[in-house]
Amino acid sequence: MSYFAFLAEHGPTLLLGTLTTIKVLICATILYVIISIIFGLMRLSKNPIIQGTATVYIEFFRGTSLLVQLFWFYYVLPFFGISLEAFTAGVVAIGMNFGAYGAEIVRGGILAVPKGQWEGAFALNFSPVKRMRKIIIPQIFPIILPPAANLTVELLKATALVALVTVVDLTFEAKQINSITWLSAQCFGTALLIYYIISRFLLVPFLRWLEVLAAKKVGKGKA
Amino acid sequence: MNAEWRWDFAIEILPKMLLATLNTIMAAGIGYAIAAIVGLLFLLGQRTRFKIVNIINREIVEFIRSTPLLIQLFFVYFVLPQFGITLSAWVCGMITIGLHFGTYLSEVYRGALEGVSRTQWEACRALNFTTFYTYRKIVLPQAFPIAIPGMGNYLVGIFKDTPLLSTIGVAELFHAATAVGGYHYRYLEPYTIVGLIFLILSVPAAMGIRKLERSVNKAQGKAKH
Repeated sequence: MSYFAFLAEHGPTLLLGTLTTIKVLICATILYVIISIIFGLMRLSKNPIIQGTATVYIEFFRGTSLLVQLFWFYYVLPFFGISLEAFTAGVVAIGMNFGAYGAEIVRGGILAVPKGQWEGAFALNFSPVKRMRKIIIPQIFPIILPPAANLTVELLKATALVALVTVVDLTFEAKQINSITWLSAQCFGTALLIYYIISRFLLVPFLRWLEVLAAKKVGKGKA
Repeated sequence: MNAEWRWDFAIEILPKMLLATLNTIMAAGIGYAIAAIVGLLFLLGQRTRFKIVNIINREIVEFIRSTPLLIQLFFVYFVLPQFGITLSAWVCGMITIGLHFGTYLSEVYRGALEGVSRTQWEACRALNFTTFYTYRKIVLPQAFPIAIPGMGNYLVGIFKDTPLLSTIGVAELFHAATAVGGYHYRYLEPYTIVGLIFLILSVPAAMGIRKLERSVNKAQGKAKH
């Protein structure tokens, strides 16, 4: 069977799987951004209980494997009466895992804003809200976006794991087609290509665009 | 199904899990050794004078880095036999992990080499040192401390990605947990034990790397703020 015949027959299935992959990507990204911000801020709190909670969370999720967490969410939580759908379990596990990594980026980003900026805003008698909104946050984005972009590309790759808890995504479809046709080179090769295209031509350009936008906001762009 | 943690069951399966942990550690060690060497090869490809090699090298690295390790594993495991190369799951897993993380390590190496100030090179040129001598005595001793955190992080990273090997049937920790869980139809204890073992091994490792980083920086006279 030529490659084109293969694509004509199985292409639509793979594309359907791709849609699910993108859905997982978007949902997990939203979740991980929210978690990153919350735990990044908690990590900077002066209250030892809040800070300790965040530290334990971050160390826990960074210290264990994503696959283990995923299986734990999917196979172990039902023991406690919490049954998550495969898709939900996948999104939650990925979001919480990457949130732990993202929290460290957020923390580093806030700490990287020069002290003088805080002091300047304080000296000008800005209210805390105005200080954060107008001075600190716009300066955080150019610092955290490049590492966050790397993390998001990693997240795209991690979405492949949800296939192992029976989410019908691109990886799952590729495996399925492989077990029917045994055309391994074609189906896994196509899957690799699709991931590559999503990452290289959709996700990365979008993230770069965000970076440029953020840099312009604080006047560091190339105009 | 009851949610109670059964200690007798946990203790019964523990020896099996600890034995499988050795396999996991071995897989991470071998995978890391391969990745460290593959990383050097990619670094060489990046630094040669031939433009065409540079471009091909960069595209390969980019491709490997932006596709999931899981599918790469499947690809190597299922496609190579079609070309008459039949390798065991272990070998396939080690090759794939080596290639995948080799691309990351090459970036670490590159960053470390570029982190050495240009003037160091110029000074060596002025002193008429050979390239080999420059690398051995001047550049590498300064580049190494810069590379340590990155290299250490990827060691932990490889360790945490070894569970993926279970999908092609490498008998490591996660594989053992799934097998035990399936046999007794109890997943609570096996998967929790796996998580705990990972935690026990990787958190101290990460802390050790941070400590090493600090002490190397100190020895180099670059105290970190």
